[in-house]
Amino acid sequence: MGTVVVTGEKIEKLKRILDNHLTSIGVSLAILIDEAGNEIVSTGKIDQIDTTSLAALAAANFGATAQIAKLIGEEDFSILYHKGKKDNIHITKIGLNFILVTVFTDKIPLGLVRLRVKQLKQELLNTLSEQ
Amino acid sequence: MALINLNKREINCKIVYYGPGRSGKTTNLFYIYNAVSEKYRGKLLTIETRGERTLFFDLLPINLGKIKGLDIRLQLYTVPGQSHYRATRKLVLKGVDGIVFVADSLRKRREKNIESLIDLKNNLAEYNIELEEIPLVFQYNKRDLIEANIPLLTIEELENDLNRELKAPYFEAAAIKGIGVFETLKEISKRTVKYVARKYIFNEASKAQGGMI
Ligand SMILES: Nc1nc2c(ncn2[C@@H]2O[C@H](COP(=O)(O)OP(=O)(O)OP(=O)(O)O)[C@@H](O)[C@H]2O)c(=O)[nH]1
Ligand SMILES: [Mg+2]
Repeated sequence: MGTVVVTGEKIEKLKRILDNHLTSIGVSLAILIDEAGNEIVSTGKIDQIDTTSLAALAAANFGATAQIAKLIGEEDFSILYHKGKKDNIHITKIGLNFILVTVFTDKIPLGLVRLRVKQLKQELLNTLSEQ
Repeated sequence: MALINLNKREINCKIVYYGPGRSGKTTNLFYIYNAVSEKYRGKLLTIETRGERTLFFDLLPINLGKIKGLDIRLQLYTVPGQSHYRATRKLVLKGVDGIVFVADSLRKRREKNIESLIDLKNNLAEYNIELEEIPLVFQYNKRDLIEANIPLLTIEELENDLNRELKAPYFEAAAIKGIGVFETLKEISKRTVKYVARKYIFNEASKAQGGMI
């Protein structure tokens, strides 16, 4: 368990990746967090939501679900999805140490979000591991 | 796992308040929340069952201001102390940078304090962290109850039970009245920031030498 260090340049890069794949299809919010629940980058309507609390809760939620998976003998639930009346939330593991949270409305099909997240995963990982 | 954001010149550290059920962990956070001006704190997030027992965690983000030009941000977490929440405590410890162990001074809670410290040790071991290595501060809470003639453990007993080998700093406290709360926070912050900074500098140095950390 190390220390994550992000530079301005790296943040810009990460944000660009999120914007290219997710903001571009109209998601309300995308937040990349570390396993401790720290927010690394966020993009979208971040003024309207307490992203610090959201990051902590999403990390905890993910951790709890992973433990439940273990208890029932499932390897891992690598994706979490909650459906609301108008807002939906999609939470995915990015590599071993990071989590991506995406919030989007009913206007955007879940399949599209899934596809985009799948596509950007490796890009995020590459950028995160760059020195 | 500390997060250092060179863009915003910010260090984020995670500090966890650990200890047996009802020792006063949540009370510490509430006191800090009420005493710190809004400018320096975020929202207090609590997940509790009815009757004020913590179910998952409490979280209070606070801003310590600048040290050497870097903004120091702390995420203060509490764990649920009741013994059956072991798995949950382990989750909250994920990425921890510093620990406050809040012990209950009530004599009848003696075993619970010891059990909780062992539980902490075991949970940390699963993340390959040793209690001896991570910043740690003890808080012996509820000292005010001495006036109510309730049997309390003496400081010597608490030290002997919990801190004999660790020799971490300790503070006497009455968290409900705010006594000792900021002293504890100050000490753990200082140690944690130092620890995180040292790890970071070490990483930088080994990178410069072509290390892979
Ligand atoms: N007399 C006295 N009571 C205290 C003190 N600190 C906490 N309490 C009381 O002890 C009880 C438990 O405090 P909490 O802060 O909820 O305990 P906790 O450690 O968060 O408990 P869990 O969430 O179950 O792990 C509450 O009724 C507090 O008011 C103190 O310094 N003196
Ligand atoms: Mg509590």
